Amino acid sequence: MAELSATPPKTEDRPSALREFWYYFSENRGAVFGLWVFSAFVLCAAFAPLLAPYDPTEQFRNHILQPPAWQEGGSWAFPLGTDPLGRDMLSRLIMGSRYSFFVGIVVVCVAVTGGVIVGLLSGFAPKWVDTMIMRVMDIILSFPSLLLALVLVAILGPSLTNAMIAIAIVFQPHYVRLTRASVLAERQKDYVTSARVAGAGKARLMFKTVLPNCLAPIIVQAALSFSTAILDAAALGFLGMGAQPPTPEWGTMLAEAREFILRAWWVVTFPGLAILVTVLAINLMGDGLRDALDPKLKRS
Amino acid sequence: MTAPIVQASELARFYTVKGGLLSKPATVKALSGVDFELRPGKTLAIVGESGCGKSTLARVVTMIEEPTSGNLVIDGVDITPSKWAQMRETVQIVFQDPYGSLNPRQRIGQILQEPLIINRRDMSAADREARAREMIELVGLRPEHYDRYPHMFSGGQRQRIAIARALMLNPKVLVLDEPVSALDVSIQSQILNLLVELQERLNLAYLFISHDLSVVKHFADDVIVMYLGRAVEKAPKEKLFAAPRHPYSKALLSTTPRADPEAQKDRIKLEGELPSPMNIPKGCAFAQRCWLATEKCRAAPPELSGADHKVACLHPLG
Repeated sequence: MAELSATPPKTEDRPSALREFWYYFSENRGAVFGLWVFSAFVLCAAFAPLLAPYDPTEQFRNHILQPPAWQEGGSWAFPLGTDPLGRDMLSRLIMGSRYSFFVGIVVVCVAVTGGVIVGLLSGFAPKWVDTMIMRVMDIILSFPSLLLALVLVAILGPSLTNAMIAIAIVFQPHYVRLTRASVLAERQKDYVTSARVAGAGKARLMFKTVLPNCLAPIIVQAALSFSTAILDAAALGFLGMGAQPPTPEWGTMLAEAREFILRAWWVVTFPGLAILVTVLAINLMGDGLRDALDPKLKRS
Repeated sequence: MTAPIVQASELARFYTVKGGLLSKPATVKALSGVDFELRPGKTLAIVGESGCGKSTLARVVTMIEEPTSGNLVIDGVDITPSKWAQMRETVQIVFQDPYGSLNPRQRIGQILQEPLIINRRDMSAADREARAREMIELVGLRPEHYDRYPHMFSGGQRQRIAIARALMLNPKVLVLDEPVSALDVSIQSQILNLLVELQERLNLAYLFISHDLSVVKHFADDVIVMYLGRAVEKAPKEKLFAAPRHPYSKALLSTTPRADPEAQKDRIKLEGELPSPMNIPKGCAFAQRCWLATEKCRAAPPELSGADHKVACLHPLG
């Protein structure tokens, strides 16, 4: 190779993967905003016991259905008011973030791990195994997701853990399909053949050669379904099939406060707003993630 | 003469294609009965148009696909799928498309070390790295390329990386599946010169697949011309290029562009299309397009015959 420049460039700094990722991610303003809100949400969940002014299950019998501080009759002792049992709304929302975060992480981890492994197997398996797996996934996909989750929880018994299991099962087929599609596309490429010629076994081909090249769409899907998981958990909570009272889970809080919707707006509005903001932030972030991880959108 | 490192006899590879619900499954005869010998330090070129079975041959010799019939002996070992794993170190391949043949998620160092990690488990990490760095130098890349990703390289550099990876296990045979056809002309000659240099230094045997006759003329020792899964002519390079004996070879050679505007333009234009490999004609496969064909040609396929310059034709030229 002829040296083009007279002075060889001093080992030019190759932008690290993280720097490059941040460069593309930060171009999307909404995504950055989403990331900040999401970080605040994570911190809130991590330090919930320190941030919450009261125990979320403590009942203040003298302050039942007290409005937020800025409204007539409210006080700064309970900035967002209290619920029908006299519990502090702010403390409950802060503690509730823990449950939502927990639901999101557990559901996504279970669904991604299971989905990716089944998808990889199905992409590499002989045709009849592949067909069998895909038809089972099609059957799961053909049910409305919330309905299926509801049925599963009804079978397993209502609790937050069972709700998470149910939601994870409902989400699984998306990852299986996504992984299988990427695997089938990548398998055709020459680098996989050359790994085979180098003597790589099936397991090495699957997990070391092909899987890393399939990850981008899966990461994005994971980020997006994090919010859907929270939403579904809230919906199951609202229907009485998720977290059971007095757990301060946002969906359960909504369900409990249903009858006060006309008398005390704050009891329903704040948990709803919390769900809305969190889901919006995560979706915005997932959008940016997709742009930043898609190599086709990169310019260099 | 040294003993051949690869010996193939009657190598064939058929694919079954399932038709619709009512039609019978068809057989695609991608490769039907090819013989050759490959000796260390020599280059055997396989030429032919698209769909003539060149790449299938490459895949069979590289042990990616099992031959449907025929024998393949590599380095004295009769190859069956159970022997594939132990023979990986002997035969390696360089693919046509340098953009698809390198794992985009691995650094160059990792790509080069992978064959060693798989096949030389007792080798220490430091030894592996030293070997990879040595190889980077051998193929004409700079040491700082070790830590980069494939997308930071040009096509020619990627092909150097692909060659380096193929050489990591000290193979005796390198299958080159159109290694320069995706590169532009100035880079082609650099890569070909590198290959010539490596062959001299490491005494490699090359099976060189190409459709570019000018490259073959520069590079090969012996040439096999293939048509529809069969060898139609097999000869040392000088003889083939001086006087092709099969009409198809002659037509193929006449289409090679020449850098001499004064030269006679005697390009032979073939009529018609390549017959479908699902329905190979009974006689000579080339008979439909051949200007010398007679009834006899259409009756039975001619055998490859002759001493040094073999040809499968009933009406050989010259």
